[in-house]
Amino acid sequence: MATVTARSLPWYAPPRIALALREARRYPVVALSILMFLLVIPAAFAPYVAPHDPLRGALAKRLTPPVWQDGGTASHLLGTDKLGRDILSRLIYGARVSLAVSVIAIFVGGIVGTALGLISGYFGGRIDALLMRLVDISLSLPTILLALVLVAAVGPSFGTVIIVLVVLLWARYARLVRGETLAIKERDFIARGRVAGASHTRIMVRYIFPNVVNSLVVLATLNVGYVILLESALSFLGAGLPRPLPAWGLMVADGRELIVTAWWVSMFPGLAIMLTVLSLNLLGDWLRDHYDPKLRNV
Amino acid sequence: MQRYIARRILQSFLAIWVMSLIVFSLARLSGNALDVMLPMESTQEDYDRLAKYWGLDQPLHVQYGVFVTRALQGDFGMSWKWPGHSAMGLVMDRLPATLQLAGFALFVSVLIALPIGVLSAVKKGTVWDGAAKVVALLGQSLPGFWLGIVLMWIFAVHLGWLPTSGRGGLRYMILPAITLGWFQVAAIMRLVRSSMLDVLDTEFVKLTRIKGLAEWKVVWKHCLRNASIAPLTFFAIIAGVLMTGSVVTESVFSWPGTGLLAIDAVRARDYQVVQAVVIVFSAIFIMTNLLVDILYAYLDPRIRYR
Repeated sequence: MATVTARSLPWYAPPRIALALREARRYPVVALSILMFLLVIPAAFAPYVAPHDPLRGALAKRLTPPVWQDGGTASHLLGTDKLGRDILSRLIYGARVSLAVSVIAIFVGGIVGTALGLISGYFGGRIDALLMRLVDISLSLPTILLALVLVAAVGPSFGTVIIVLVVLLWARYARLVRGETLAIKERDFIARGRVAGASHTRIMVRYIFPNVVNSLVVLATLNVGYVILLESALSFLGAGLPRPLPAWGLMVADGRELIVTAWWVSMFPGLAIMLTVLSLNLLGDWLRDHYDPKLRNV
Repeated sequence: MQRYIARRILQSFLAIWVMSLIVFSLARLSGNALDVMLPMESTQEDYDRLAKYWGLDQPLHVQYGVFVTRALQGDFGMSWKWPGHSAMGLVMDRLPATLQLAGFALFVSVLIALPIGVLSAVKKGTVWDGAAKVVALLGQSLPGFWLGIVLMWIFAVHLGWLPTSGRGGLRYMILPAITLGWFQVAAIMRLVRSSMLDVLDTEFVKLTRIKGLAEWKVVWKHCLRNASIAPLTFFAIIAGVLMTGSVVTESVFSWPGTGLLAIDAVRARDYQVVQAVVIVFSAIFIMTNLLVDILYAYLDPRIRYR
């Protein structure tokens, strides 16, 4: 951070809107509320919120435009796709899919990475060297290509996507946890725990892990948006979730050929991805600044 | 220092080797390619003959040995989907298109990011800075494939200014390049901003001001020149990311590059071509990373050589 000099201070009073925006940025109310209303609540209550079945369409009603355009009906607020399926309902169920994929992948990847990071940092030596080489290699592999090949080999399915994402994610957590462990294990309470007869496993799980949780939560939050973007890109390429699952990336891909005649088919799922990732990034940034400023470069 | 570089080089080769192992074993996992190649009514003999012809009847480690020996000579075998073409030849045929697109995308993203980054550093804390932050946030939240479709919709379909897809003159490149470069704009902008802020605070900049130089000259000449060292080293990383990111963009705009080739090959289960593309891309990606690390080690003595 540059020191405050006379030059870096604004020479005028910022307008009220700018101040309000800055306040909104400081408190993640906006991000959180967008997230809640766009992602979490619809996902949790999808069967009650969604007006239609996301998988069943009526061919007679295919490519109905959104309600505010000529030919739109109130029963399909955001229109229908080429199979006559309601886009709003598919978006709502899609929130469920995106959330499930990213949360499961980050959770599993986080656990694997944390465990390996703890072991690596705590024991050091040869295990550490080996694991860190593995981390370096894993981080230097080109993401999309690896995912493409993996999915192409095993076939697109929910499980495959999770595996791909876990393979791509674990190293970040391992590296983070290892770094923190290295610092923590030198502290006095670890030695005391050892003297009191705690086993290595107990030290790692009960002494070190609680001190790492903060950073882990921040990193996980920052990762959700990235994972949602990655998953939707894979689904778009046909290497992610299989049809007819209402995944946002698949929906954009479905609308791609129709962009001239029916713009709404791909526009709304794209907007959903953007708003979700945007608010997740805002939330993650805020969490990092407040709880873990040392993660600035992650 | 030398030890650090040696270790990084070794590690890079290890990474490429791991990649080859992954690619090889996954290609074998992906089901029997003969099913795709042979017509429905073929007999067992047809299968055996073809398996023998492609060497698929050998044990796996022998197949891998053959694969590596040939790969080291740049030979990934013949394509199955495009008969008469070698896999490596296909990749090399398509590579210029991808390089061209990636290069232009890099140019476009710098063109957008540099002024914004400088402006937001000079006018830190004002509306300009705020707007730049919004650009950065949007850059990291927009899915590239969707941005491509939206751009196509607006500029090609509605306004009719630019062609929708394919490869031709400069006009064909504008939309794909923006799509591909968009994600990098935020990264470059942030880098430029932070290093500009550091430079703006130094003594020599104050001196140029005291000297009475015009403000634009102070900022755009003296500051920018000194602030561009850090972002410059970052370019190699970006180049690597652009290369692999081209898979998505090329598929949106039907740009006939290596990325599109990769997707077509994956869909057709053309092992040879998939292997060639992935290995070539990985090698480029890993090598640019290596280059950056070595460059950094020379430029910034504060780096710790683990």
